[in-house]
Amino acid sequence: MRAAGACLLTLLLLAGMPARAQDDAAAPEAPAIVPLTPPMQPERIEIGLSTDSIAITSDFSGAQLTIFGAVDNVDPLIQRQGRYDVFVTLEGPANDLVTRRKGRVLGIWMNVDAQAFLDVPESFLIASTRPSQDITNSETLERLSLGVKNIRLRPYVLGTETVDDLTNFTEELRRLKAQKNLYEEFPSGVRFISQSLFRATLQLPANVPLGRHTARAYLFRQGALVAQTQSTLDIRKAGLEFRIYTAAQTQSLLYGMAAVALAFVVGWLGRVLFKKD
Amino acid sequence: MALYLPIAEMSVNIFVVLGMGAAVGFLSGMFGVGGGFLITPLLIFYNIPPAVAVATGANQVVASSVSGVLSHLKRGTVDIKLGTMLLIGGIAGSTIGVWIFSILRTLGQLDLIVSVLYVVFLGIVGGLMMLESVRAMARQRAGATVSLRKPGAHMWIHKLPFKMRFKASKLYVSVIPVLALGLMIGGLSAVMGVGGGFIMVPAMIYLLKVPTNVVIGTSLFQIIFVSAYTTVVQATTNHSVDVILALLLMAGSVVGAQYGAKAGQRLRGEQLRALLAALVLLVALRLGYALFVVPDEIYSISRDFIL
Repeated sequence: MRAAGACLLTLLLLAGMPARAQDDAAAPEAPAIVPLTPPMQPERIEIGLSTDSIAITSDFSGAQLTIFGAVDNVDPLIQRQGRYDVFVTLEGPANDLVTRRKGRVLGIWMNVDAQAFLDVPESFLIASTRPSQDITNSETLERLSLGVKNIRLRPYVLGTETVDDLTNFTEELRRLKAQKNLYEEFPSGVRFISQSLFRATLQLPANVPLGRHTARAYLFRQGALVAQTQSTLDIRKAGLEFRIYTAAQTQSLLYGMAAVALAFVVGWLGRVLFKKD
Repeated sequence: MALYLPIAEMSVNIFVVLGMGAAVGFLSGMFGVGGGFLITPLLIFYNIPPAVAVATGANQVVASSVSGVLSHLKRGTVDIKLGTMLLIGGIAGSTIGVWIFSILRTLGQLDLIVSVLYVVFLGIVGGLMMLESVRAMARQRAGATVSLRKPGAHMWIHKLPFKMRFKASKLYVSVIPVLALGLMIGGLSAVMGVGGGFIMVPAMIYLLKVPTNVVIGTSLFQIIFVSAYTTVVQATTNHSVDVILALLLMAGSVVGAQYGAKAGQRLRGEQLRALLAALVLLVALRLGYALFVVPDEIYSISRDFIL
């Protein structure tokens, strides 16, 4: 019966389209039967994406990503007290990166120190119903990598680094990513729109990395993690620019020759069109 | 109007880039140089990643050199044989240059080396050119005839073996300095994204004693092929040629060059060289200044590195 609430609606909207009336249509109110017995089944959380890939075009300047999700078997009493909390994260593809630090050498600023990191998520967006420190304790947040400061950054250690330096490089990497809106927190980005449905809003930055992203959702009851789920989303470039990009990577010889041919044509055209001698 | 560059992975204003191309084209038409040495710094000032600026600059140089060489071919002011020898050295130099470029990139020193090379070369060439043109102007004022070529004056370069005759240039000179010059220009073309005309032209005049009337045509002729080769090698090795950016620059510069050439005909040689020297020195100063200023951001992130 209560499974009515599980009539799950997940939608993915780009470009700040308002979450429209579908909410009402697809989320029939759970029958107003207040259960006399406490729910026996554990809570569940679900998100699903209406599409498994997004194509961004050349004029992409960032967009709002809305992820809908549902929770099942919630205790209505606790829910009414607002003590269920949800985190939704979108983690970009991981890559090895290097953070470099400039220093002054003979008066000139140049890169002098570097620290490599392995499997760093290119982007990490996190939305929650409340500021994370109000939801649960810091150990849990850290264990689940919830929050920009809890993203696990694994330095490639040679053994010659000092602890201070590692901390500096790690913090700077986080800061630079945050500065480009690639690591960002939205502390009130998740809203319950009914007892069982929620909506998470994340801001995709203009330079959102391409590739496979992982969306995760975590359900907390009174500060304790009770359910979690995940789903994937491919973000890729669309249109001519994407084909150019792919060609440059995979057909590089042909691409280079085409670039040269183009230059010959433009150069020759310029002479023909503006013939003066 | 914003346009997304697929390789630079950033949006740029289409009119700014077209304007840059046109401005550089105008100057290159006026002075008879490829303009690569202006395009690449301008792109870097516009926050295009230096790796992309350099590789795309080489591509743009192809277009402006093709455009320029056509009229020289018609007038017969191209020494194909000399150009081909320079080209042989150039291809070798470019191969080495792209390889160095790749290494510098993974070491995180590419941006620095590109800037330093620009400051050094633009500084030297601009300084020498300025000195020479000021002297020429002074001599002219004194009433003496100005001649860049002193046929009797032979230097050590003309004592080297493997001499070869270049008919169009009326030159009988060893191929060693010719190949070496080509090699150096090829290397610079790869690392700096320039055609190298700004070094090639004075080197041909002062070192090889090539007559001025065939210098520009011949230098353009070999630049076409060296920068075409550089473009292909950059595309295959570093994937950093942005064809959209190149197209905008080419379109702008080809149009600009036509008007520049007209403007150039109204100015006298020494004045023209003094102006170009001033411009070259200005770019060098601007780039040099940036090396010493405390950067906004001490830290940076990159994906190009070797563990």
